[in-house]
Amino acid sequence: MAHLTPTPVLEPAQDRTMILNMGPQHPSTHGVLRVLLEIDGENVVRLMPDIGYLHTGIEKTCEAKFYQQVVPLTDRIDYLCPLTNNLCYVLAVEKLLGLEIPPKAQWMRVLLNELTRINSHLVWLGTHAMDIGAMTVFLYCFREREEILKMFEMVSGQRMMTSYFRVGGLALEPPLGFFDRVRDFAGYFPEKVDEYENLLTGNPIWVMRTKGVAKMTAEDAIGLGATGPTLRGSGVDIDLRRDMPYSSYEKFQFKVPVSQEGDVFARYMCRVQELRESIGIVRQALDGMPEGPIKANAPHVVLPDREKMKTQMESLIYHFKIITEGFAVPAGEVYQAVESPRGEMGYYIVSDGTAKPYRVHMRSACFANLQTLSKMCEGKLLADVVAAIGSIDIVLGEIDR
Amino acid sequence: MALSPAITDIEQLKNHPALARIQDWNPQAIQSVKFDRDEMTIVVDRSAIREACALLREDPVCPFNFLSDVTCVDWYPAEPRFEVIYHLLSIPKKERVRLKVRLNSSSSTVDSLTSIWPGANYFEREVFDLFGVRFAGHPYLRRIMMPEDWEGHPLRKDYPVEGYR
Repeated sequence: MAHLTPTPVLEPAQDRTMILNMGPQHPSTHGVLRVLLEIDGENVVRLMPDIGYLHTGIEKTCEAKFYQQVVPLTDRIDYLCPLTNNLCYVLAVEKLLGLEIPPKAQWMRVLLNELTRINSHLVWLGTHAMDIGAMTVFLYCFREREEILKMFEMVSGQRMMTSYFRVGGLALEPPLGFFDRVRDFAGYFPEKVDEYENLLTGNPIWVMRTKGVAKMTAEDAIGLGATGPTLRGSGVDIDLRRDMPYSSYEKFQFKVPVSQEGDVFARYMCRVQELRESIGIVRQALDGMPEGPIKANAPHVVLPDREKMKTQMESLIYHFKIITEGFAVPAGEVYQAVESPRGEMGYYIVSDGTAKPYRVHMRSACFANLQTLSKMCEGKLLADVVAAIGSIDIVLGEIDR
Repeated sequence: MALSPAITDIEQLKNHPALARIQDWNPQAIQSVKFDRDEMTIVVDRSAIREACALLREDPVCPFNFLSDVTCVDWYPAEPRFEVIYHLLSIPKKERVRLKVRLNSSSSTVDSLTSIWPGANYFEREVFDLFGVRFAGHPYLRRIMMPEDWEGHPLRKDYPVEGYR
């Protein structure tokens, strides 16, 4: 019954300290994170995260699927930003294939990715504020998030597990009325961000709970592999959307919010400002949305239109072949990284020239960001551990895969 | 955008900052190089990986100061069986490079990078857990995803995808 013993076991190092177990079922751990704390009174002496409770072996499963069958698995890694994961995976496969994606598909991908970022940040803001004790923000955030989920349902038929991007383009044309709905949302959303900020940014309780709490220097953040707002909150100015653009992000104008303080408040400010920048990108994408096809001209990879299948022999053959035996991808390896709401999401795919990936590895942002938790909390107060966990915006599905 | 063939000639690629730096230091450490799909891969000798990474991190021209990722590929039944893969990123220069180390199944141990980047800790534990590759000098080389008493290493190619072991 060795597997029933909770591992790892932390032994108290001194007589005056004790071990406190937090999680895995604890509302403020955002899933199934277990944290072992060695505490001396109210002070944290050592902190050790224990992960793996959500490990489902997605990387192993990918090796047994055709390339197009992996797309739905990527949703399930990070359930708060499924479209970012879809995008990263399809970009990696497209890079392996050397496919060129039509502009409309690229712009739709940018539009949906920014909506996903807003969606993810809203969940983070709501739950993070609730962890620290501000209940109202949660209700406000989920009100707007509901609208975004409805838009996802419009394009993909699913609220959360979207699987909307395909290798070579998009699954479907965006439906009638979709752009109007997004435009409507983009119109009123900045006011809503003001509302959240009214509740939090100047709120003395919020400021006391976040300013100067869980500090981290830029060197520590880089050394520990932190990315995204966790890194930018410590004053390192890097955003893959701007610095190594993908999917035509170079055509959009946006600022990258950076804060210097490196505390919970700095990370909060980075994310809240990102909400405003993202809605700006959404508006640009709506205004400049190009016309044209949504799928690449690569019949051996992209499924043909339903209409063509009924009239053209070749389309029917390609459809049959792609569905039954997949499409072969030239041998090679790529590492594609995108800026997910949490940081650098990277897919490393190795192809051996067959229709199934030889190896799919996901570099998840949270997995690395979680390592910063010990640095943030050791020597600090126990009550701030919850604020620190919230501030790195963890999603356990992505950590454990 | 058709795929252009991979370049594997060191002479053609010697302007790449990472390759130039390692070549200046120790040309014997480089086993092979590949430039494919706009990505640079350098296969480094097993004994040189730690020093090569320390060198690249402190490079005055293009410091590869960020370790993005550590992972592994199992080429079972071929030998050398394991490829440990390091993705480095230069935050100031926005440049990436991939370093590789090839390991035989009989001696699948490589130096840990935790002394250079503390962030390598979890990534190396994951590779150890799922592939059984050992990292010498790692401060806490324990399973991270699978239960402590699990037998076998699930991402190895001789480990079944479904069913009971």
